This record gives sequence, structure tokens and C-alpha cells, in this order.
Amino acid sequence: MDYRDSPAEADFRARLRAWLADHNPGLPSSSTDDEYWSRQAEWHTALYDAGFFGLSWPSRYGGHELPTVFDVILDEELATAGAPPRPSLGYLVQGITTHGSETIKDRLLPGLISGRERWCQGFSEPDAGSDLAALRTTAARDGDDYVIDGHKVWTSYSDVADWCFLLARTDPEAAKHKGLSAFALPMDQPGIEQRPLTMINGITKEFGQVLFDGARVPAENMIGEPGEGWRIAMTIVGHEREPGELGYVARYAKTVKELEETVRATPDAFPSDRRLDVAWAHVQAEMLRLHVCRRLSERLDGVEHGPSGSVDKLLMTWVEQTVGGAALGVSGPKAALDAEDVALKIYLYSRAQSVMGGTSQIQKNIVATRVLGLPTG
Amino acid sequence: MDTRDTTEQAELRAGARKLARELGPATVAELDDSTRAKRLAAAVHDAGWLELRDDAGDGGPLASGVEAAILAEGLAERVADTPLAGPLLARDLARRAGAADAAATVVAFSPDLVEAARVEGPTTATTLHAVDASIEGSDAACVLVPDGDGCRLAEIALADADRSGVGGADLTRAVRTIAEGARVRDVSGQRRPLRTDDLVAWNALGLALTSAELVGIMRGVLDITVAYASERRQFGVPVGSFQSVQHLLAESCCLLEGSHSVALHASWAVDDLPPDDALAAARVAKAYCARAARTVCETAIQVHGGIGNTWECMVHVYLRRALLCTQWFGDDRIQLRRIEQDRLGAR
Repeated sequence: MDYRDSPAEADFRARLRAWLADHNPGLPSSSTDDEYWSRQAEWHTALYDAGFFGLSWPSRYGGHELPTVFDVILDEELATAGAPPRPSLGYLVQGITTHGSETIKDRLLPGLISGRERWCQGFSEPDAGSDLAALRTTAARDGDDYVIDGHKVWTSYSDVADWCFLLARTDPEAAKHKGLSAFALPMDQPGIEQRPLTMINGITKEFGQVLFDGARVPAENMIGEPGEGWRIAMTIVGHEREPGELGYVARYAKTVKELEETVRATPDAFPSDRRLDVAWAHVQAEMLRLHVCRRLSERLDGVEHGPSGSVDKLLMTWVEQTVGGAALGVSGPKAALDAEDVALKIYLYSRAQSVMGGTSQIQKNIVATRVLGLPTG
Repeated sequence: MDTRDTTEQAELRAGARKLARELGPATVAELDDSTRAKRLAAAVHDAGWLELRDDAGDGGPLASGVEAAILAEGLAERVADTPLAGPLLARDLARRAGAADAAATVVAFSPDLVEAARVEGPTTATTLHAVDASIEGSDAACVLVPDGDGCRLAEIALADADRSGVGGADLTRAVRTIAEGARVRDVSGQRRPLRTDDLVAWNALGLALTSAELVGIMRGVLDITVAYASERRQFGVPVGSFQSVQHLLAESCCLLEGSHSVALHASWAVDDLPPDDALAAARVAKAYCARAARTVCETAIQVHGGIGNTWECMVHVYLRRALLCTQWFGDDRIQLRRIEQDRLGAR
């Protein structure tokens, strides 16, 4: 057991730190400002071009085939430098890598990993949230294409996406979970209407609704086999729940660091209980960093992703919401008086963490039945 | 970075768990079975586990904080009622002082159990507590004596102490109260004074061991509670099939996993990070594990229902052990306050 860097890890850390000293774009936090979302692609490609993104993925597709623990170093250094977190798209890479054909992988993964092609995820629908398998968007075969009709919602970055990882019903006769298939759908075409959604903290660039009315996707763009959609979706949401895959550790550590700097600058301005809230936010953020160290180390054994991802998602949610609450406390009356207050926005955004990627209630169901083995009702 | 157990660490973990399952108290009634408890104590002694922090010959310990924490966690998983952390901490302190002649099997603590006792003069000026002493036998407890810009060790024979003070909230661990005015004797042959760095690192070890025990307590009590919720039937079905119960236990599972991650790091940090960093890591671990353990044990009582509130049910034994572990070396509030001061500066 050793938390220290190996020589290769230390070398990577030093190179990354040197690069970050000159290339930190100084973006505002992803959770509080539209500027982050409008410049996220730029950050992604800069990180990729410098050789610091896609660390554990196959080199054939632009990755570096490093052990996953290198992602811990990346997250730590990004947080230390106050740089934006790494783009969170590992779950799409895992979905395509696990289920796509060689042709699909060669076509799609390089652009996804390099950031030159942008992706959104078309899973949830107005009537299919926690009950994802109830989705009604249809994909009907028409010659060499499938024709897509339906309504997706909570679709992050849909307005700037080149591609949509779409889950649609290809067999309306089959049982709920069996009639679904997955597609890589090009977004630049008629038959797609974008309706951005404003989140409760005022961000407009992240969330969207997408309406499909006769949109077309070539049959060769199906990922996996017809009817494999549910399995693929479960692979993706399994990874989407893992903080190690998402790189959020850096976001929380950065926010805590900023809160600590604020308090240290004017120590007399903060009552004891709010200082303790910041200390507790530090404890929580450290817990998640160390938890990710452990999980990614376990993966050196080839331990597969399973329902324990739901444990990690719940831990991550508690951390984000603890940090959000501490930010609100540090801002104090300002958060109540100024609608543009950054802490207010951090706090409001944190409420989404217990919903996105599967609600906390769903995660607890999974932990109870599949991790603890409690009886089902 | 690789946080996995080595093969030897995995074997040690399995060994501690196996022993605790075989000889730890499975029921409240078994707490009174002194034959069993003696066999457990003898097995821990014979395995050489109490010597892990002794001098390896180069001034360093025979085994790292990781191995010590693995044992503490594994034995706590079945609330094994035999001294481990107490003797390990006493011998670690003796090693740091180069005191080969020290007879102390346990450390005396300040009245609030947060710090190793400091004694000036020939007798003690306050009540002290020797935590994790053996219930029988003639232990000695060590104390710190300020000496120049460091400390040296001295001892108090527990045979002289007030034996009526045995016991506390924890039914599995003896806390011997040492009345004010107890005589302090020198420890001969100390080769070096204990410096600030020694005491900081030793405190980090204490926090890491108590955190590891809290992880073991959580794991054990959650096991028991999941088993109970799967068997106990109401409304014709196991109570563990109700979502309200499932969600409580799912939260406990998350708290356990998060605690494991922080405690593991703290145990590694004891010997592999500079003392101040090791202590910072240990405070994070203790703050997190203490809060988590309180919730996990309280949830265990709730899920056990009426039975969970009776003396015969094992869950209160876990909660009681968690309460002592929490207080020993400082509870979550104390750790948070220190973290606040260290990271945010003085007000």
C-alpha cells in the first residue's frame, strides 16, 4: 500500500504542473457561469493536445493507456492550480468501447476523446426519468436509415453537440427493457429542435430539451446490436455515477480552496459555526479524493464496475451538497441579497447532484438490494 | 500510487477477522465468559500482534501503521474484547524514546482521554485514565514528563491505582482510572527525549488506530443489521424489503465505504508522511469516521426496533465501543476545530 507517486507518476505530475502554470484558462466554475460552458471545448482540446486527457484510454483512439490512477493525479493538479476540471465524458467512452463494433470505435472515439467532436447524451424523457426503460422515442427503420421521433430532456450541452448518444425504441412489440437500441446520431440536420432549459441557478448553457421530428440516423451508426440499448445504457450510467470517471474531485477541491482563501483573508468576518462548515467541507472533499484513490487502485486488479458505483455516487452527492452549503454559509447575507452571488449559484447547482445520473433514491435502492443483498419487496 | 493491500496485509486482515469471529463475543452473555476472553487475549499475544510497533533494530517499527490499523479494524469488526490499540500505542511511545526497559502496557490519558497524560512532580495532580488496559494483571501505564524542550517517559504501576475505576461505556475495553496522587516512577535506560515530532506522529497513530476501529465497528454492526433486516418479518415480509429501511442501510453502507477510504490513508500516513501531514490526514479520518460511526450504530439500533433497545441485543455493544473510540484522542468536534485552526488560521 503506497499513496506516493511512482517515478513515472511523479514525472507525469511535474510535466502537468509545469504546463498548467502557463495554460490555466482561468475559467469560472462550471456550476456558476455560462462562460465555462461556452469555452469548455477550448479547454478540452488544449488539455488533450498537451497530452493530459484520455489518460487511461486506448492509444489507438488517442488515449495514453496509462493506469487509471493517473486520473487522480490529473484531478489533484487541476484543483491545486485552480484550473477547470477535466471534461466529464468518460462514461460515453466506456459505453462505446464496451459495446461498439471496431468500425464504430474507429470512427467515433478519436473525435470524442480529442474534443474536436462534441457529444450529448439522449437518454431521459419527460415521462422516462428514474424509469428510464419507459422511454418512448422511436427509431423506425427506413431503408439504410432509422427515423427518429420523440422528446429528450435534461440533455446536457445538446445545443453545441455534434453527436447525440441516443437511446430509442426500435421494437415497440418487445418487452420494455428489450426493445431499446443505441445510436450515434448526427445533430446537424433538420428534424431536430433545441429548446434550452435554464437551471435554478440561472445557467442556460448546460441543460436542454431536444425534440426529434423525423430526424435520420444511418443504420450503420447503431452502437451494439438491435435490442442491446438497455445493457449499453446501464454500462454508461454505471460509469456516470463514478467520481473517478467524472473528475469532480477537482471541482470540489477547488471550491473548498477558494472558500478557505476567502475566510483566511478576513478571519474576523466569519462566525465559528461557518468556519466549521468550511472545515467539514474540506473533510468531505478529502474523503472523496481518497475514496477515488482507493477505487482506481482496486481497478488495477481489473475489478469490474458494478453496483458499488452507486455508493460512490451517493458519497459524491453528499460532498457536493456539503460544499454547496458551506459556500452559502461563507457568503452569508450576500447570498440572500444578490441573485448573482457565486456562492448562491454553487449552492443551487449542488441540488442537482442528487438527481442527475440517477436520483439518490434510485442509488439507495441499488445499494440496498445489489450491494447489501437486502430482499426485494 | 497503489492503495491495495499487499499479500501480507491481506493475510493479516483475514487472520484478524478470523480470530475475532472465532473468539470475539458473539452475544452479550459471552462478554462474561472469561475463558473465551483469555483465549482471545492469548491468541493476540501469541500472534505477536502487540509487538508490531516495537523497534525493528533501526529505530523504526517492526510494522507500519497500516498493519496496526488492519488489526485494529479486523478485531473491532466483532468487538473483540482484548487490548490491542492500548499496548501498541504504549510500545510505540517506548520505541520513540528508545526505552527498552519500559514495562508499560498502556498509556495514561488526560481526564478527557484526548492526550497522553503529562505529569510534573513525583505524584499525579489530576485523575488519569489508562485506556485499553487488561482487566486483570498488573499493568503499568506510562505518562509524559516534560524535560527541557522535550519529554521523557515515566510509569505508574496500575496495581497502585484505584481498581474500582475499571470499566466505562465500552463493555469490551477496560478504562482504568488512576486517582490523583498516584506515584510516578522513572523508566530507566531511555536513549532519547521525545520531541514534538515524535508526539505528533504518535498522535497520528492514535487517531489512525481509533479511526480504523470505528471502520471495523461499522462493518460489523452493518453486517449484523443487514442479516437481522433480512430475517425479521412484519406485514408478512422481511423488514429489509421496505424502502425506508433499505435506504437507511444504504446510507450506512456509503458511510462505511467513505470511512474506510479516509482511515486507510491515515494509517499509511503515520509512517510515510512528515508528522504534521500525518496528523492532518489523521484528523480528517477521525472527524469523518466518528460522525459516520455514530450514525451507522444509531441506524443499527433503529433497524433492530424494540429488540435493538434491549441489553441482550449486541448492537449497543458496538455503539458503546464506538463512543469510547470516538472520545479517545478527541472526537469529531475536537478534530474539526483543529482542522479549522490549521487551515483557516486563528481568529
